[in-house]
Amino acid sequence: MHAPDDRLDVATALSPRRPWTWVITIFTLVFAAQFLQLLLTNPNFEWDVVGQFLNSETVLQGVVMTVLLTVAAMAIGLVLGGILAVCRMADNTILKIIASSYIWFFRGTPQLVQLIFWFNIGLLVPVLSIGIPFGPAFFSIESNTLITPLLAAIVGLGLHEAAYQAEIYRAGLMSVDEGQLEAAKALGMKPVRVFFRIHLPQAMRFIVPPTFNAIIGMVKGTSLVSVIGGAELLFSVQQIYSQTYQTVPLLIVACVWYLFITTVLNGVQFFIERHYGRGASRNASTSRLGRLLDRRALVRSQNLARGSES
Amino acid sequence: MNQPVLRINGLRKEFGGVEVLKGIDLEVRTGETVAILGSSGSGKSTLLRCVNCLEVPSGGSIELENEVMGYKREKNGQLRRLSESRIAVQRRRVGMVFQNFNLFPHWTALENIADGPRSVLRLSKADAIEKSMALLKRVGLHDRANAYPRQLSGGQQQRIAIARALALEPTLLLFDEPTSALDPENVGEVTDVMSSLAAGGATMLVVTHELGFARAAADRVVFMDDGVILEQGTPSEVFDHSREARTREFVGKTLP
Repeated sequence: MHAPDDRLDVATALSPRRPWTWVITIFTLVFAAQFLQLLLTNPNFEWDVVGQFLNSETVLQGVVMTVLLTVAAMAIGLVLGGILAVCRMADNTILKIIASSYIWFFRGTPQLVQLIFWFNIGLLVPVLSIGIPFGPAFFSIESNTLITPLLAAIVGLGLHEAAYQAEIYRAGLMSVDEGQLEAAKALGMKPVRVFFRIHLPQAMRFIVPPTFNAIIGMVKGTSLVSVIGGAELLFSVQQIYSQTYQTVPLLIVACVWYLFITTVLNGVQFFIERHYGRGASRNASTSRLGRLLDRRALVRSQNLARGSES
Repeated sequence: MNQPVLRINGLRKEFGGVEVLKGIDLEVRTGETVAILGSSGSGKSTLLRCVNCLEVPSGGSIELENEVMGYKREKNGQLRRLSESRIAVQRRRVGMVFQNFNLFPHWTALENIADGPRSVLRLSKADAIEKSMALLKRVGLHDRANAYPRQLSGGQQQRIAIARALALEPTLLLFDEPTSALDPENVGEVTDVMSSLAAGGATMLVVTHELGFARAAADRVVFMDDGVILEQGTPSEVFDHSREARTREFVGKTLP
């Protein structure tokens, strides 16, 4: 039995001993230093060549094409994906079957195969025409004239993306509490308004993070287009190093640009998530940027409230 | 005054072969507050949810001011189910307060209340805000206009939810166990608001476990058991001079 000790106080206690923490830290630092040495001293990286081609015209044109492909294909993916998700969740059985089949097919076949397929669509359908089925055509065009590598790439990437995006929307829409929809209905909101004012805005919190995953995946996925001769970023550096044989530094040039684009996207994601996170947390933001944005929102809503008194 | 606003006739509802409502007849007159009591599973909430078409009845009918809820009468007298957007229009005359508040978390208290007047009653922005601020004052929360629901206590959220339901000036107010999700010390602030509404002449149908509220504020008490109305009458008739053993058992268990 110990006598009661009134000097017992955990405030002055020491931290637990953690010998392995030190071993791991030292090991990691040595490894990092070696990697840095490799980056700086290995002449095969040819950093001067990286600098030389980073802003070259061919590379910049490739960057523009990569961004353009991403924007166009994502636009198709986001819009068509939304339509597919709504159809898949609809009461109408035929719409459900069509949407499910689409997702089954486009998610179930490789993206690269789809791209090559669209590029060669002329082999399947030599002439595209608008008219009455089994009747006369009003307008005809040869597939190979209409489907350029650029259009094949946009259509191929976009249709594939839509299948994935549909499932992202569906997951987000299913995450919203049934009570929210009932409350909206009980207030006499019509279905379209319930969807756009209550259902979708709350689902967006769960739609935005995987969607940005998909957008970043798309930025990198556009490199597949090099296979069908679309002059995007990877194709551009390949063109250069096929002549100069400076393969490594030019692949690094491509990586630097891919990283730049995805870094910008990360920033955009931060702001969009903030927007849809309204009211999601009990606490005000803790970051300096967050506090600044909160203050602006507060001033806005105070102005709104004050407007009622004047 | 004293005209039946709500007339429920032989209402039946079944879920997957199980009959939850077995023929309910109930009338509510203008300005009347009717409390519905009963143990869980007796069908009280289902009855309430049928009234504003959140559930589709299996049989019988519900008329609000002589209009069949959820259906229209065709020329030959045949009833035809209305589309969701037509039902939305009917629901505007019925306000509903939920057990779990169901305030919209992405909108502030003010936005939650002002949306209805703005989009449904087509008030100007300034008028909608003025109306909403007056309602906030009525439930004692005008200083929390800019708070998001998750920053408010349960009792405060439920008072905002009542203000939101009132904002559409409904003919009939439905309360589905409005205090069941609250901490005991928050119950009073919500029942106080409800009592003052009842005293102010609102027509209310209240599913509740608060027998104290039912005794003090209700004009009529309905006791439901296993999908039927077992008995109904003034609070004193049901609580103190009940004719049914089942009611006496329920009241005895629930009241201390």
